[in-house]
Parts: sequence; C-alpha cells; structure tokens
Amino acid sequence: MPKLTIDGMEVTVEPGTSIIQAAEQLGIEVPRFCYHDKLSVPANCRMCLVEVEKSPKPVASCAMPCADGMNVFTKSPLAQKARKGVMEMLLVNHPLDCPICDQGGECDLQDQAVAYGFDRSRYREEKRAVKDKELGPLVKTVMTRCIHCTRCVRFGDEIAGVDDMGVLNRGEHLEIGTYVEQMVNSELSGNLIDVCPVGALTSKPYAFTARPWELRKVDSLDVFDAVGSNIRIDTRGGAVMRIQPRLNEEVNEEWISDKVRFSWDGLKQGRLDTPYVRKDGKLQPASWGEAFGAIADRIAGLSGQKMAAVVGDTADCEAIVALKDLMTALGCNAFECRTDGAQFDTAVPAGWLFNTTIAGLEDADAILLVGTNPRTEAALVNARIRKTWLAKRIKIGLIGAQCDLNYPVKYLGAGAETLEELAAGKGAFAEVLKGAKNPVIILGMGALRRADGMAIHALARKVAETYNMVREDWNGFNLLHTAASRVGALMLGFTGGNLEKMPSAQMLYLLDCDDVPADKIGKDTFVIYQGHHGDKAAARADVILPGAAYTEKNATYVNTEGRVQTARQAVFPPGEAREDWKIIRALSELLAKTLPYDDIVQVRARLAAVNPAFAEVNQPLKAEWKPFGAEGKADKAPFAVAVENFYQTDSVTRASKTMAACTASFVANATPAKTGT
Amino acid sequence: MLQDKDRIFTNLYGWQGADLKSAQARGDWSGTKDLMAKGHDWIIEEVKTSELRGRGGAGFPTGMKWSFMPKESKDGRPNYLVINADESEPGTCKDRDIIRHEPHKIVEGALLASYAMRAHACYIYIRGEFYMEAMALQKAIDEAYAAGLIGKNASGSGWDFDLYLHRGAGAYICGEETALLNSLEGKKGQPRNKPPFPAGAGLYACPTTVNNIETIAVVPEILRRGGAWFASIGPEKNRGTKVFCISGHVNNPCNVEEALGVPLKDLIEKHAGGVRGGWDNLLAIIPGGSSTRLLPRDVCDTITMDFDALRGAWSGLGTAGVIVMDKSTDVVYAIARLARFYWHESCGQCTPCREGTGWMYRIMQRMVKGEANIEEIDMLLDIGSEIEGHTICAHGDASAWPIQGLIKHFRPEMEKRILEYRKRLVA
Repeated sequence: MPKLTIDGMEVTVEPGTSIIQAAEQLGIEVPRFCYHDKLSVPANCRMCLVEVEKSPKPVASCAMPCADGMNVFTKSPLAQKARKGVMEMLLVNHPLDCPICDQGGECDLQDQAVAYGFDRSRYREEKRAVKDKELGPLVKTVMTRCIHCTRCVRFGDEIAGVDDMGVLNRGEHLEIGTYVEQMVNSELSGNLIDVCPVGALTSKPYAFTARPWELRKVDSLDVFDAVGSNIRIDTRGGAVMRIQPRLNEEVNEEWISDKVRFSWDGLKQGRLDTPYVRKDGKLQPASWGEAFGAIADRIAGLSGQKMAAVVGDTADCEAIVALKDLMTALGCNAFECRTDGAQFDTAVPAGWLFNTTIAGLEDADAILLVGTNPRTEAALVNARIRKTWLAKRIKIGLIGAQCDLNYPVKYLGAGAETLEELAAGKGAFAEVLKGAKNPVIILGMGALRRADGMAIHALARKVAETYNMVREDWNGFNLLHTAASRVGALMLGFTGGNLEKMPSAQMLYLLDCDDVPADKIGKDTFVIYQGHHGDKAAARADVILPGAAYTEKNATYVNTEGRVQTARQAVFPPGEAREDWKIIRALSELLAKTLPYDDIVQVRARLAAVNPAFAEVNQPLKAEWKPFGAEGKADKAPFAVAVENFYQTDSVTRASKTMAACTASFVANATPAKTGT
Repeated sequence: MLQDKDRIFTNLYGWQGADLKSAQARGDWSGTKDLMAKGHDWIIEEVKTSELRGRGGAGFPTGMKWSFMPKESKDGRPNYLVINADESEPGTCKDRDIIRHEPHKIVEGALLASYAMRAHACYIYIRGEFYMEAMALQKAIDEAYAAGLIGKNASGSGWDFDLYLHRGAGAYICGEETALLNSLEGKKGQPRNKPPFPAGAGLYACPTTVNNIETIAVVPEILRRGGAWFASIGPEKNRGTKVFCISGHVNNPCNVEEALGVPLKDLIEKHAGGVRGGWDNLLAIIPGGSSTRLLPRDVCDTITMDFDALRGAWSGLGTAGVIVMDKSTDVVYAIARLARFYWHESCGQCTPCREGTGWMYRIMQRMVKGEANIEEIDMLLDIGSEIEGHTICAHGDASAWPIQGLIKHFRPEMEKRILEYRKRLVA
C-alpha cells in the first residue's frame, strides 16, 4: 500500500488510489470540474493540478495514481499559479451571467472562481456563443456556459447507457451536443443537471423559481417505486420547490430517476384539502367531525366480517399498522396490499424480498430477469445492473416481454414455459447460470400478476435452487416490487384477503389506494377513501379523509430489499389534510376502539412490536430460506409488462404536468393521463 | 559535412525508383533474415549502441523506449508497433520524401523493429492529406508481401508479421502519440492522459511503442552497418544523421540528410543555396518546425543543429524543419499565423489549450497591427505560461513557444508597432 505525503500529512492508501482521492481522505480540498467519483477520469479540466516533488510540471491529481514516497503539495505557489491560470482560462469564454443563471449559488465554477481565481478578467476579446440544444422537457440547456468537462457525456455513456450526447468539433469550437438534434431519452436524464458543474444543464421545470439559499432542505425518501431512493426535498415557504438525490451507496448511489426528481409539481395539483361526505349522491365538503360521524353512523352494528381494507402503493407503515389495528379491533380480517393483483406466497419473507440487495448486484456474474423491465420498474436497480455489466460484462438473460434495456440481454422466451425449461436444467441460458459463481434471478411483477402466480413463484424458487443461487454466503433470489408500500405492508401482515371479493364488502377502507377498479366495487359498498389526491378512487368514495403526501409526513417505508427507511416532513399537508396515522387514530377514538398510541414514537414502537425488523433501520432484511410458492400448472400466456408508462404510475405522477410532458415526449403511442380530478 | 558513404537515404530525391527491385539494388532487404536471426535483444542492444534518438521531435532515446516493452506477455495481450507518419508540423516535409522515395526502408524497419519488440502486427498511421504517399507506401507493402518479405514467416525468419497502413483524416493533433492511438482505434483524436504510458497500455490497451517514421526507416541501416558506425557520426548524445527540411527565404529550399551537429549556417549556405539576398539579409530562423522558438540572426551565425545545442539556445531541434526568414518578413505576422494554426488545431479537450490558444491568437492579430497596449506583451507571455505545462499533451506548450520566442527576440519591434498605431490614431 503506497504511503505518501500531502501538504505535510502522511497517508497510506489502497493501490490505484489517485492523489485527489488521497487528499480527500485527509480532508484536503482540491478543486475540480471534470473529475466525478462515479465517472471515468478524463483529466481535461486541469483544475486539480497539484505540485508533486521531482515533477517539473504540475500534475493532474485526479488521474495520477499515488506512488510510494510521493510528496504532494496542493497549496504551493506552483499549484496555486497553475489553478489560477486554469480558472482564468475557464472563464475566458464563459458568459459570466451568474445573476440570471439558475446554477448561481450552487455553481462549482462560481465557488471555485471565488476561491481560486483572479478577482478580475483580463480577457478583452470577443466571447464564443454556442447554440442551445433541445434535450427534452426536463433538462434546460444554456450551452454558452459549458466548460466542456464532459461529465454529461460520460454520465450518458457510463451510467445512463444512452450514447446520444457527445463532443462535437474541436478546439475552441468544441460543443456538447447530440449531433442530430434529439431529446435525451433516459429515465435518469435529470442527473445530468446534478453532474453539470456549471449552469449549462439546469432543470427546466425548476427554472427561475427559486435560489438555492432561499431553500430549506429536508432529507427524505422517495415513494414512486420500491427502491426507496434517498432524496433531499428543497422547500420554500410551504411549497416543495425541487427534489434532489441524497447519497446512499447501498441504494441509489447519488442518482435518482426522473420520476422521483420531477414529479413534485403533482403535489400541488388535484389535492384533497378537506374531508368530503357523499350527501344526496354527491360528494360535499365537510368537517372532520362530520366525516367521522358519517363513518360511525354507517358502520354502527356492522359486523367486522363484512368490512375490508386495502392499502395502495404509497401508503406508509405507520398508517398501515394503525389501519390494521383499527380494522382488527372492529373485527375485520380482510386485508390486502397487492392492489395490482400479484399472486405470490406471502408466508416466507425470503420469497418476496430482494435478497441479493441492490448493492449486492455488483457481485453477481449472471442475471436472469423474469417478467420484469427493471428500467421502468426500478430505474436505479437497472442502473446497478448496468454498472455491473459495464465492469464485468456479465451475461444477462430475459424471460418475459421484450424491452429496451441499456445493456445487452439474451432474450430467452416470453413466458412460463421457458422458465420451466430452465428449472429443468435445459435451455439456452442454463450453461451460463451453471457456470456462474454468483447467479441472480430477478422476478418481476409482470410474471406474478396472474392467477397462476403461486406456481410461477414456486418455479422461480426451483430455478434458484437448481442453479445454486441460494447458499450460505449468497442469496441470488430476488423479487422486484414496484410499490413503495408493498414490503412494509407484507411485513405487517396486511395481506391474505381476496381482491376479487373484497371490493364488494359492506364497507371498504381504501388507504392511498387508487388501483381497485371502480366497476368492481359493490353498488351498496360504503367506501372510505383516505388519500392525498382526488384521483380515480376518490370519485367513488362515500367519505373522503384527506391525508398527507410523502413530503408532508414523518413516515416509515420499506424498500424492496426490506430496508426500513424514514421519510421526513418537509412541508405541511394542505388545508385540513393530516398525517395518515393520525387520521386513523382520531377515527378510532370516535369508534370507541381507541388505538394505544399518541405520538409517532409510540406508533413506531408498535411497528417494532408487530415485526422486530422495523427496529433495524437502514439495513436490508435478512430472511431465512424456506420453500415457498405452490406447485401447479403454469399458464402458457406470456408474462405481462408491469409498468406501461414509467412516468405515470400513481396519483401524484398522474397529477404532474411535467410527467405528462415526459409521457408525451418519451413514451411511444401513449396518451398522457389527464391531470387532476 | 556528411560524406556520401554515410548517407542512409540514398534515394531521398527520388532520382532512382522506389520499387522493390531498385530498393534492393540500394541495399534494402539485404540480410534481413540474418539480422533477425541474431535475436530480439540483439537488435535492441544495437539500437542502444547507436544512440539513436527519436526523430519525431522529442528526441527520446529509441533503444531505451524499445526496452520498455514487455518481453513476454503475461496476460495474453500482444505487443504492437505503431509508426507515426502523420507529419503535419509546419515547415517539415522529411517523412513525405522518405515515404515517396524510400518506402522499403520503412517496411523493412517496421519488420525489424516489430521483431525486436516481439510485435506481430504493426500499424502505420499516415496523414490523410498524403494521398500519393499512402499509395506509394501501400505499393511497397504489397510488394513486400508478394515477395514474402513480410507476412507469414517474414523474410524466411519464422516470424509472422503483418503491416497495416491507416490513413488519418488530417488533424495535426493526431500526430501526438496517444491521440494517434485513439484515432487508430476509431475514437476521437484526443490525447490520452499519461500514465498509463503506451508501453503499458497503448493501442487497444496493449503494450505499444509509437515511433516516428524516420526513426524506423534508419533502423535497418544501423543494424547492417552496426550501431557503432551510427554513433560515430555527430556530437556526443546527438549521434547519427538526420533529414533536415529547409524552407522559406533560401535560394534552394530542400530536404537534405546531414549529420547532427552541423552548423546551421553551413546547412543553409551549402545545401540550400544561402539566404535570399545573402546571409546578412537574414532576420531569424525557426530551427525545428513551427513549435520551436525562433533564433535571431546572431544566434544563427554559430549555432549547431542538434538536440542539446538548440535546447541550450532556448529553442529545440524538433523535427528539424528549418524555416528561414529574411528581412522582408513581417515576423509578428508570421508568428501570429502560427498562433492561428495552433488555435485551429487544438483538440479542445483540456481547458488551457482550448481557451488559451484562441486568446493568444486574437491578441497576436492585434499585435500585427499594433492595436494593443504595451502591457499586453507581458500579458501574452503570462497567458503562455498559464498554458505551458498545464495540458495533457504538448500542443499547449507548442502553442506558447513561438510567441515566447517572438517576444524575447523581437519585443522592440512589437512595441514600435503599438506606438506607431497610437500615433496614427492621434493624427
């Protein structure tokens, strides 16, 4: 391990570490533009030049590996002069339009110009101007500001897997562009805004709405897929202004998908801000007392057996446990969370968890995708698969609907037959799985949303066992969920109901659930809808209880790995809307079934009491491997597509204008869903 | 002065044929098999003995460069030899004549050098504009293949050797060795970061040596006559012969093979017919292609043409492209034109060169007219120092040097113009 000295401090680093990384370990700041932890190193900005003893010229610290006995100076006159020079050069053709630039206040160029540059410009010649590029409804370009660090090009090539962007021309005429003008069609394109160190690529929906220093920043969690991306919610006043990724190497690294980043405008559209009660066949605004009274009146004397409760895709665990406790107290035993109709064995956690973990995918050397398109169902799981493929060129097979993935995939077949073949040790991909040390199967909802789901589930287990995917040191069996609430609800046992019969119960309690088709709900069924958007289900409701969206509550979610994470309240719910568990707690009191918790700490204690895993936050759930699924004849029908439109999957994204624009731009033949009620 | 018996390029002027038969008559391809039979390391040792320094401009000892190549492949990666025939340095035209008239020296040199470095494949990257030259070289390669000199069991040595000719698309920067490798791989011609050096990870990330075409072309003769013969020519550390390209204000612009260390004045007087209007009419000389700093008249009187002497005179031998300027030259304009060249040819990858070359060019344009401030002369120097040594490749350095030379030797001329321009403005 090389031992070197930087600014008089000694450090021992792993072989292959660059000087800039070693300096970071010591807490020494070396300015940089082109260097990015997660991307390849082009060393083209030359901002990170440092002095290395015995080297006549300053050295680009991002590209120079540490060597034993190196003596590095990051603040010597030589290094400072070099950086000052580079800084001046960077600003030569930069428009210096900070006052009208959205990056202002969080701009690497601005910050480093102040810290390392001259206090004035000596450039008196004409500046270059570059035509802006049209990259779609999300990313705004002001290409004159570009400093050609090529981070965006490398992000596209390496992380997102879209090679649309590139560097055109040479010398001073260098331009970042797409050559033939086209939109960057990637579910991760929003990250271009983050990687851009200047104001060349900025957020189109957020343009000119706020300055970074006006924003209050809250670390929170995303709920639009089952990845549980860590986010930072930036708010001003009572409004969410934008959403940014937060570093979590084990989940989303430092990326988030476009749906996570840009759907916040949906939080301001079509909100339920007051309770409603259906009177004379029409939903009318009411007070909380009236709404609760209407419920109490209607269910007085009703047997719990005739009630049913369904939770939707974005419900939080606190609300789910409260609802289950309340409904159980009322005698109800019909609970379900799999509103998409997925059928799988819920008894064995190892059967419905992403056991390999997202970060664990990097150790995989063969991946079998079954009935899933990770690109639309969990964009960051897909990014991880691509990362693994890029590093090791692993073999990836797909059974299910053909889809456009950004790594080469061997297409094996459309349905259960191929899976059966593979379980029997036959087929094109069998040799690959046999030869692999750490093989992985990812079973998606597309394969389970059907009547024979239990059989498919068992079949997938058989494949895992046939190819030695589950061992002491490795678990390659994964279920990829699409809903943020799903694993939490399963952990709380909010399942076991029959979705065919439940909608026709006498009383149906829908928590954040818009996926129960209105035509299936019984004519006389009393529907309580608790949620934040006036979406599909609210129209059928008899009582509407306005809840909080994920940005408006302190809430626990469990991602597809079984990782318990918490979202934090960034803004208050609109109008009369309240945090969901509190609504249920208040209702319980009126129904004389008072729930035994009064604050969030007590609710969380209750969560941990129901399932001890809730006490272990921020780590994937380890589950014991047991047989699951049910032997049976699998249908020949091809596996379905789980997510038809990546951009619009729930009430918030359906209410978002930005997501509607993305649908119109990127989803082939799609008609964007109408916004709001 | 170099004696005729010591000349390597005996057909530099194309007075004889360039075909295989004529080349063999001049001694090419004689005993190639025997040379190879002496072994890989013998060739490298002989080249080391000859003290041959790279003819592409940097003057790195060739034998040492070759010895960096791995002797055996531990991971199955092959070794490659890449020959740089992307001659684009303004004022330089030596490779063009070698390719036209002595292509078999290149083909034979490629075989011997590849053999020494245990490479089975060699690529020649030739400048795109050299269309006729590429045809001539391809013809020689085809002849050599047909005669069994290269290909399977090349020259009967038992060594398989393939030689490929690749035409560039006309970018100056592709003459930089790592940009050349990128271009050869089909990528954008932009220099790579070093380390890793090509000897570790070059073409397709395999160990690669990149040599100038002149370096390769002199190898067969060195091996035939012995390294000691080559090392007996020229001053210490600057051994052997070199093709000089003399252009500009001379009576007889020409390429000529001379010993290193030949006095510049001799070179011009004897081979190029003297400066137009006599030696006293000389203003300045750029000794080694456009990127070397110019030499004023008084230095030209005594300077000898070798790597170290010219470095001592704050210039360089470079590619030995001697550009002679007599007193009719607008020297500021001449250097401004070179500044334009470097601005135009910058690949744009790294900041100082991308932005700095344009900045310097624009100031130089104003300097030609005198439309500037006196202080801007020093600023120009400062900008050059901000580029020099801060870039991935030497293009940045090369763009700064001509201007540094101009300012050092012709500052009064620049100041005079500025003051005259001011006077005109007032009047």
